[in-house]
Amino acid sequence: MNRAMPAIEILGLEKIYKVGFWRKRPKRALEPLHLTVEEGEIFGFLGPNGAGKTTTLKLLMGLVFPTAGSARILGHDWTDPEVKAQIGFLPEQPYFYDYLTAGELLDYYGQLSGVSAADRKRRIPEVLARVGLSDIKGVQLRKFSKGMLQRAGIAQAILHNPKLVFFDEPMSGLDPIGRREVRDLMEQLKQEGKTVFFSTHILSDAESLCDRVAIIHRGVLRGVGAVEDLTSTVQGKVEVVWQGTQIPASMKNLSSDCHVTGDCVRAVISESQQDLAIDALRRERLRLIAITPLRTSLETYFMEKLQHAEKPMETAVGTNA
Amino acid sequence: MSARIYYIARNTFREAVRDRVLYNLIAFALLLSGAAILVGEISIEIERLVVVDLGLSALTLFGVVIAIFIGIGLVSKEIEKRTLYTVLSRPVRRWEFIVGKFCGLAGTLIVNASCMAIGVFGALLYVGHKFGRPDAWIFVALYFIILEFLIICSLSLFFSSFSSPLLSAVFAFSLFVAGSFSADLRGFASLAHGVTRWFAMGAAYVIPNFSTLNVISNVAHQQPLGMHLVVQNTFYALFYTTAVMSGAVLIFERRNLK
Amino acid sequence: MTSRSVTTVVASACLVVSMTASVLLLHRIDRLHPRATLEDVLYVSSPKIVKRASLGFDGLMACIYWTRTVQYFGSRHMERAASFNELAPLLEITTALDPNLLPAYQFGASFLAPPPPNGAGDPERAVQLMKFGIAHNPDDWHLYYDLGFVYYMELKDYKDAAEAFERGSQLPDAHPFLKILAGRLAEQSGDFTTARMLWTATYESSHETNIRQNAREHLKDLKVDEDVTNLQAAVTRFGQRNGRLPASMEELAAAEHLPGVPVDPDGKPYKLDADGRVLVQNPDSFPFITQGFPPGYKAGPPKFQ
Repeated sequence: MNRAMPAIEILGLEKIYKVGFWRKRPKRALEPLHLTVEEGEIFGFLGPNGAGKTTTLKLLMGLVFPTAGSARILGHDWTDPEVKAQIGFLPEQPYFYDYLTAGELLDYYGQLSGVSAADRKRRIPEVLARVGLSDIKGVQLRKFSKGMLQRAGIAQAILHNPKLVFFDEPMSGLDPIGRREVRDLMEQLKQEGKTVFFSTHILSDAESLCDRVAIIHRGVLRGVGAVEDLTSTVQGKVEVVWQGTQIPASMKNLSSDCHVTGDCVRAVISESQQDLAIDALRRERLRLIAITPLRTSLETYFMEKLQHAEKPMETAVGTNA
Repeated sequence: MSARIYYIARNTFREAVRDRVLYNLIAFALLLSGAAILVGEISIEIERLVVVDLGLSALTLFGVVIAIFIGIGLVSKEIEKRTLYTVLSRPVRRWEFIVGKFCGLAGTLIVNASCMAIGVFGALLYVGHKFGRPDAWIFVALYFIILEFLIICSLSLFFSSFSSPLLSAVFAFSLFVAGSFSADLRGFASLAHGVTRWFAMGAAYVIPNFSTLNVISNVAHQQPLGMHLVVQNTFYALFYTTAVMSGAVLIFERRNLK
Repeated sequence: MTSRSVTTVVASACLVVSMTASVLLLHRIDRLHPRATLEDVLYVSSPKIVKRASLGFDGLMACIYWTRTVQYFGSRHMERAASFNELAPLLEITTALDPNLLPAYQFGASFLAPPPPNGAGDPERAVQLMKFGIAHNPDDWHLYYDLGFVYYMELKDYKDAAEAFERGSQLPDAHPFLKILAGRLAEQSGDFTTARMLWTATYESSHETNIRQNAREHLKDLKVDEDVTNLQAAVTRFGQRNGRLPASMEELAAAEHLPGVPVDPDGKPYKLDADGRVLVQNPDSFPFITQGFPPGYKAGPPKFQ
């Protein structure tokens, strides 16, 4: 068997909360979830707020106990405490012991993760440099800005060199530079052979980073697949872009969808009419800028899946594009 | 395993220190010195009595207040601030966390009590000008006070593991007061009849017995204390603390953290 | 789930074992250290200080001290202790905290005044306690009764006793005996009838178990004293008539035309010794008798529960 075992296997994890004064009304935070994440990939867990992303993460971390189902992490039962030495977790809007400095915090976490004293001494400055927190020696965490706290959070998640990292909304609270840095970091982690599982509601991040994504809404998994496949070419359509603001009549015939953006025009035409379009533009002496196959954005796929969800009997679970 | 407990304990201790808890020692020192000086005006015989009595009683009270006010937040604060998430995502067992917190809190109190004890002995020296052999019994009283602290710590932690800080403080403090009168509760129980009697008896045995651990007046009067009392009190405190901590562990193991 | 269930099992076992152990230990410690609390408590024997220290929870503290008083006396009495030094301060503190706690005064009259081993042997303090009670509860006839009782029984101060009974008798719903007692004491004192009236009044008017039992015991022993006195008088009469002492109780009984040999309240016949003294068979059964025990007899441990 040469297939590497999956990094995460979620086998029907379910969580029902009992709310209400007498604990009678059940709130279904997560319907039985089946999901697999392969080793070495960046996996995006997408959904609107309150969809169940954080609940799933908390279940995997053992912070909350499922009402049904189980999971395997790196081949071990998810409740096995020893497997936690090989995973890292960054919670949403983290908060740390504010009376500690970043160095002390990492030292403490390192101790708890079983990192030896010598290794801690070496790795803490490395990790701090990596997340961009080098010159904060002696500053207590209570004085950190939100962005700095986020970086500290990432630092503690990767300190002990885990094979699998869980990030819950890692970009929240960061400015564009910070977000770029986090994206680069996640790419680096992938290069190092680590698996990254992160949840977010910002689709553009997911689109650029992830190998595969899953979409969850109201506790139900709506779709899973490789980003490439989900945003595959819309059958037989291309987008033609030319300079100028003119839309010649010939183009209008070919395309129903032309609009001016800035100093060029974009038109969607079917692939078979590609050559006709090029000829038309040449005739009109318009400068062709680009012809690209049209791809659905992840956003479109996302909205489509969510709209399907509004229709009751729809239970599209885990189809690969 | 024990290493993790030690690390958690050390972190708890560090938090208490940085929280400026130990500043209460200043208040204590002032109180004691004031009393010692004041008492110097009165007859020689009861000077010593007042210093020992006041010193040890204040030590107990300060310690209990600190134990409750830090203890009630130990777990609930971590849950509320979600610092617990990053801790439990590591190979830390939930029970190790609770035990580590307990050790840290107990350690804080022992250090606090030791500093205060030095103050008491200092004041004693000041009013008495020398130490007598009977003063050695003060160490036994201190030891019993520390046993009391262990029980209070475990109770605070127990309530903190499932209840809000305010409720935890109320419960813990009530148990401290009730426990101080537990001998009387047993007295009431022995005079009562029927259902009341069983209920009172049950309560009297379940609430922590602080009255047996309070030998402050005996020591102030320089009365000797039996060795079997020391042994039995030690075992009682250890068993009771273990029982409460087991309860705390059981509750915390099952808790869904929001 | 495995490591979690292991922890659960271990923790549950720990809980059960430790809790049981601590309860058992507590039981043992109780036996060892029962008086510690009381003596701690009485470190502060000044009622004023205790009252201030109660921070206004006077009623509760009074209850606590009252319970301690009862337990203190009971446990010491069980152990046949020779002194009850803490009884007076305990009662004083209890009444200082709650001057309206009437049972405390009656307890003082019954157990503070009599000499050891049946009481603390401090009638003066008992009188002070009663007067304190009267000052705070002027309409309670029982307190006057208690005061008179102490004057009569322990201090043998019949004048003050009569005065106390008289004052008490003027209150509404006073026990009818008070008027009679006041009257009798004015004329005569030290007789059985008065004593019997006093003890009967005590027995009837109290709800406190200790006090009632004490009164019953006294009444019983009073009968013995009375019987012995009468029998002794009969012996003297016999001697005067016949010039010699009766040979036996049977002979005396026949001479007095009694239906049979007289028996004591326990049902045992009285004896006659060689010197013509009337004796009870078992003096230990009657802790309060003043007559009828053989010479050189030393009172044994108190039988009072």
